[in-house]
Amino acid sequence: MQSRKKLNSLSTILMAFTFVLMVTGCKQEAKQEEPTLRVSSDNEGIDVPSGFGVLKVIDSLEKPRHIGVNAQGGIYVKLREATDEKGILYLEDLDGDGLIDKTSGFGNYGGTGIVVEKDFLYASSDEEIFRYPLDANGVVKNPESADTLVTGLISRRAHASKSFTLDKQGNIYVNIGAYSNACQVEDRAIGSPAMMPCTILDSAGGVWQFRNDKKMQSYAEGLRYATGLRNVVGLDWNKSTDKLFVTQHGRDMLSTLFPDLYDTKTSADLPAETLYVIEEGDDAGWPYIYYDQNLKAKILAPEYGGDGQKTAGEDAIDPVVAFPGHMAPNALLFYTGEMFPEKYRNGAFIAFHGSWNRAPEKQEGFMVAFVPFKNGEPSGDWEIFANGFAGKEVIASPSEAKHRPTGLAQGPDGSLYVSDDAGGAIFRIVYKG
Amino acid sequence: MSIIKNSLLVVLLCGSLFNCKPSDKKKALQEPANEALIQEEKPIKKELTASMSEGKKVYDQYCLICHQPDGSGVPGLNPPLIGTEYVLGDKGRLVGIILNGSNEGLEIGGGDYTNAMPGFKSLTDKEIALVASFIRNSFGNSAVTIDTKEVKDFRASFSL
Repeated sequence: MQSRKKLNSLSTILMAFTFVLMVTGCKQEAKQEEPTLRVSSDNEGIDVPSGFGVLKVIDSLEKPRHIGVNAQGGIYVKLREATDEKGILYLEDLDGDGLIDKTSGFGNYGGTGIVVEKDFLYASSDEEIFRYPLDANGVVKNPESADTLVTGLISRRAHASKSFTLDKQGNIYVNIGAYSNACQVEDRAIGSPAMMPCTILDSAGGVWQFRNDKKMQSYAEGLRYATGLRNVVGLDWNKSTDKLFVTQHGRDMLSTLFPDLYDTKTSADLPAETLYVIEEGDDAGWPYIYYDQNLKAKILAPEYGGDGQKTAGEDAIDPVVAFPGHMAPNALLFYTGEMFPEKYRNGAFIAFHGSWNRAPEKQEGFMVAFVPFKNGEPSGDWEIFANGFAGKEVIASPSEAKHRPTGLAQGPDGSLYVSDDAGGAIFRIVYKG
Repeated sequence: MSIIKNSLLVVLLCGSLFNCKPSDKKKALQEPANEALIQEEKPIKKELTASMSEGKKVYDQYCLICHQPDGSGVPGLNPPLIGTEYVLGDKGRLVGIILNGSNEGLEIGGGDYTNAMPGFKSLTDKEIALVASFIRNSFGNSAVTIDTKEVKDFRASFSL
């Protein structure tokens, strides 16, 4: 009996050993065919829903802003300032492990906007939009020679970044941010009256439309597509509904400018950061009104006679989603990939840069949010999708944050890329199942 | 403050070692000159602490929202107040920025900052002196304070 038992256990061990050999053999073969992504064991400290994983594909770039990914998985990065005469980086993963192996650059100008669309790369400085033809490998054919599509856009320091997106008909939609907080005669000065009307809106504080096939366009050739938008750093064309969506940075300093009407706690939370769907000719109401997410109403701005309660702006559009104040929605992306579960299809990802105007209250944001969509409308509450970028629980000042989400892009396999202009990292979020 | 404290100690030590016999020690310490020195230290300390907390009040109300509780500012938007010549250096330039604001894109610590800083002409000379002295001696900074008279003179010279 005993020897039979021994024999049995010996054969079990042998079988197990053979099985292990077979499995590892298979694994190695698979590895050679299709290298696995080097997903971080701790997700690089980023909290994502169960089944998702995170890679940090590169680190310590100089202020990467928006990003675009081509059909081959190469990443184009717009830098806030050109470094060594390179304002655009092209990052390649040569061995398929997800991590960047090769970095090259071109484009001697800083900026924020960058989009890969079909056979072209588009990028913006704070005054112009350029177009670069791509070759069959998704690589810019001639980095030194770009078509200047748009020029002479207003850039007066505040809110100067020209984020943009494109529709399916070859139109470009560009943010021309208001060079002002609330259209006061002296910007941000206590007691300085507001302009009536706000003349900034003639050439800024809105979204302008241009063509992607005409060179050297400026205001005369463009169309003010929507107005009353203070600064929309996030824009995306929703291809399923064929509509423009934008994320606005709401006004600052309610309490500093009007301490009798707003205490610091209220001012930290107001006004809402807003997601709008935009139709041609829309007015979102800045600077005359702001949106209060708690009262769910458009409130007359105190510079224009408001008291924190009076509603106004009947003709102004309402947001489709209102978020807590000052979290700085810097990028918007409608997810069209197939990698993520059904819930995420056609929904909106929003990269929040993180607040500063909540001081002395603690800062908020520093995360990527998700809004589920059905038939072109939000189908549920917004939620935090990826969090922990700041690297610590309580952030008093934004300079303490390790990473600040700034740009979003979708890879050809459906991965979601997140750029960070504080730590200079680019994260790739994948669904593992 | 530490200089005053140290010299006071030296005076006391010298006094007890050289000037007085052991039996005279008590008497010597009670001498008016010495008492005056001892009492003088506390009010100076109190006055400085008080003006720092007065300066902090002004900072919290008008400056903190942009320059942040730790003076670190906001990357790309509002410059830090830590270790920069604009805060620690020329008094007139600092008072000028507080009074008149700044929207010309000063390069501070290799960074560019795009938000406009409004002027604070409505603050009193005393409030500006307090807040300027506060930021020159907070967040790890250390520089001589600015008094109300100096602010008054700078303000007059700017409005010429």
